Amino acid sequence: MFGFVLKRVLSAIPVLLMVAVIVFLVLRLSPGDPAVMIAGPNATPEQLEDLRTSMGLNRPLLEQLFIWMGNIARGDFGVSLVSGKPVADLVMDRFGPTLALSITTVILAVAVAIPLGVIAAWQQGKWIDRLVMAGSVVGFSVPVFIIGYVLILIFARKLGWFPVQGYRPMSAGFGEFASRLVLPTVTLSFPYIALIARIVRTNVIEVMNEDYIRTARAKGLAERGVLMDHALGNAAVPIVTIVGVSITMLIGGVVVTESVFNIPGLGRLVLEAVLARDYTVIQTVILLFSTIYVFINLSVDLLYGLFDPRIRY
Amino acid sequence: MFMNRFQSGLLKTTLLSLCLSTAGFAAQAETTITAVMHAPLRAVDPVISTAYILRNYGYMVYDTLLARDSQGAPQPQMADWTVSDDGKTYTFTLRDGLKFHDGAPVTAEDAVASLNRWSQVDKTGQVMAALMSEMTVVDDKTFTMTFPEPTGIALIALSKPSGVAPFILPKAAAETPISQPITSTIGSGPFKFDEAAYQPGVSATFLKNEDYVPRTEPADGLAGGKVVKVDKVVWTTMPDSMTAVNAMLSGEIDFYEQIPHDLLPLVEGNPDFTTEMYRKQGSQNLVRLNFTQPPFDNPKIREAALLALGQQSMLDAQVGAGSQYARTCPAVFGCESPYASDYAADKILEPHPEEAKAALAEAGYDGAPVLLMHATDLNNLAPQGPVIGQQLRDAGFTVDMVSMDWASVVARRASKAPVAEGGWNVFSTTNVLPDVGDPIGFIGVAAGGASSWFGWPDVPEIEELRGKLASTSDPDEQKRIGQEIDKLVIDNEVMIPMGEFYNVTVKSASLTGQLDAEAPVFWNMEKSE
Repeated sequence: MFGFVLKRVLSAIPVLLMVAVIVFLVLRLSPGDPAVMIAGPNATPEQLEDLRTSMGLNRPLLEQLFIWMGNIARGDFGVSLVSGKPVADLVMDRFGPTLALSITTVILAVAVAIPLGVIAAWQQGKWIDRLVMAGSVVGFSVPVFIIGYVLILIFARKLGWFPVQGYRPMSAGFGEFASRLVLPTVTLSFPYIALIARIVRTNVIEVMNEDYIRTARAKGLAERGVLMDHALGNAAVPIVTIVGVSITMLIGGVVVTESVFNIPGLGRLVLEAVLARDYTVIQTVILLFSTIYVFINLSVDLLYGLFDPRIRY
Repeated sequence: MFMNRFQSGLLKTTLLSLCLSTAGFAAQAETTITAVMHAPLRAVDPVISTAYILRNYGYMVYDTLLARDSQGAPQPQMADWTVSDDGKTYTFTLRDGLKFHDGAPVTAEDAVASLNRWSQVDKTGQVMAALMSEMTVVDDKTFTMTFPEPTGIALIALSKPSGVAPFILPKAAAETPISQPITSTIGSGPFKFDEAAYQPGVSATFLKNEDYVPRTEPADGLAGGKVVKVDKVVWTTMPDSMTAVNAMLSGEIDFYEQIPHDLLPLVEGNPDFTTEMYRKQGSQNLVRLNFTQPPFDNPKIREAALLALGQQSMLDAQVGAGSQYARTCPAVFGCESPYASDYAADKILEPHPEEAKAALAEAGYDGAPVLLMHATDLNNLAPQGPVIGQQLRDAGFTVDMVSMDWASVVARRASKAPVAEGGWNVFSTTNVLPDVGDPIGFIGVAAGGASSWFGWPDVPEIEELRGKLASTSDPDEQKRIGQEIDKLVIDNEVMIPMGEFYNVTVKSASLTGQLDAEAPVFWNMEKSE
């Protein structure tokens, strides 16, 4: 087990190195640079050149790459080319809102989707199954920002139960913190509920046709026990996989939700950084996202062993 | 009886105390304006960038020596001035009570260092510096500017309201090279920047500067007393306009600097809000042709482009057909400018595809594609490309419209290479009217070839006239020269004006006192509970 984890962690290093190099090169080869964004729309070519020189953007590409990677190896992520603030501080400031939104979304999605999927499988072909499947099509098909606007209209504007926008950290009080997370969490969880519920249903239906389920029923086990102890447990591996995939997809999904609800998270940070060509920020956030991907995949692999005793590392 | 009177007295005293303490609390309650501005604040150097959000930031934190009143006339702000009898020497004297936010007094050394840095960046400042023979500190409160010839440039430049305004920084910050953005936020303006609360791109907080001594004259434009009537102003960024409007309707924000015109019906007519259009904060659309590459190196084909384009369709696409928030305007320097002119209005306002086709035929245009750069990520620019593209096609041009984000447009427009090697032929943009209305500083009319703005028009007569305008102090002569420049700009298609549009500010009805100025400023604004 320990050997497996160590091997996987070590194998992540070349992956992250490749990501770093690719992100660096793609950014430098795409048009536009941060000097343009700092100097504003009416800057003269001379002003832009002066700024580029002071930012080190006129140095050879390889030199810039080695300087950046050397700094990262020392734990120095540099400063934002636009704001002049340390990138590590900017990322830490924005990490909290995204983490809070992601955790609440995953909890809500799993808590709603698994029972829905199991019930749909149990009631296969009946109205409740059709309802869950129809709901999952809607959840998949309706863009997140539309769901967000509808929820804002009903629950913030009409009923006044929640604020329209913004984020407050836990230090501002639990009520302030939670009230601003409810609508974004519900909004963001829609597609994940749809995705997870479908996968749970499919896998539970497949397992329900296995011989050991028939045996369990023949032994007189109650339907609840059949579903929860035998069917769900044996369908767990693909469900864990899809939950893991959902978490990684969430990182992309938060960009829109954070914009609609004005949450200053990592999704918005990376979007703003891309538009402003703030290279140091983009590179760091993409590296962070890649690291999260790698460790979520590793966690999913380890969880397989928990749900299926035949899997050993 | 005594007890009754005692109890009654005690009750009255208690009630009175409660009332007084409540009133005291109400009096001490903090008034905060929460504002959604047109762009996020991500940097804090108000001099090296022409980004308008940094100009707005500058007006919060810094002060200027002179300022323009609502009629556009320069007035004293931090300093009064006198002019020598020969009109060559200007003496500026700082008023009493000026202090930076760290408590240090503002001195003439600070002013001179700030003007030196500013004049390296700003076009008007560069012209002023080129015309000036010396700028000398006389004492802590006085400095002089000396010119070899009588000129009005000093007052025009030091009261410049927009683009990069000449803000006064502490000398130490002002000595930072212009290639290096300053990170200090110490100014002497009516608000102090709350660094601890600053989240670049998210929010910026400004606290009332209790030590600020405003002028005694009433506020008028950017001039007069900058009296701050709230405790705090918070600029928050909302990337989604719909969210901003919903937040406004829910009372979560008080001020929305530029509501998209299509969302106006959601707030117009609602008694809880006021909507106001500030003409001075309006913008001019312009089309720029690349003089260095075919086909627009040919004057006849440039003329065909001028004839092909018309203003109304673009304005309709930007703010909606029949909107009161836009108007056609043939004047290069804007229709509210002292230099306003209706020269060639018949050619500029409406498209003339048939005449354009004739001009193209006469020029021998071979149908080579014209590369039009179309910025898609900015609300005001996104509708421009398709309108320009279609009007050029209607006139017989072959148009290759390349859509990209604004950062890519700005990067590509710097290229003087042929189109096949990453160059370009046409792009469009907007400039705010205070910048447009200044023939010396407006980059859209500079025509010095390689040293001018992207497109690099080379019309020496224009540069000569701009120099003349800068060196005269006679307003009538300035106007005459300005209108002559307008004529040359149109005749040479240095830029093609594409109409004016005006942003609309939405405010909570509890907010009053916003000044009609070239930038949205928060002094004089009151918030009632």
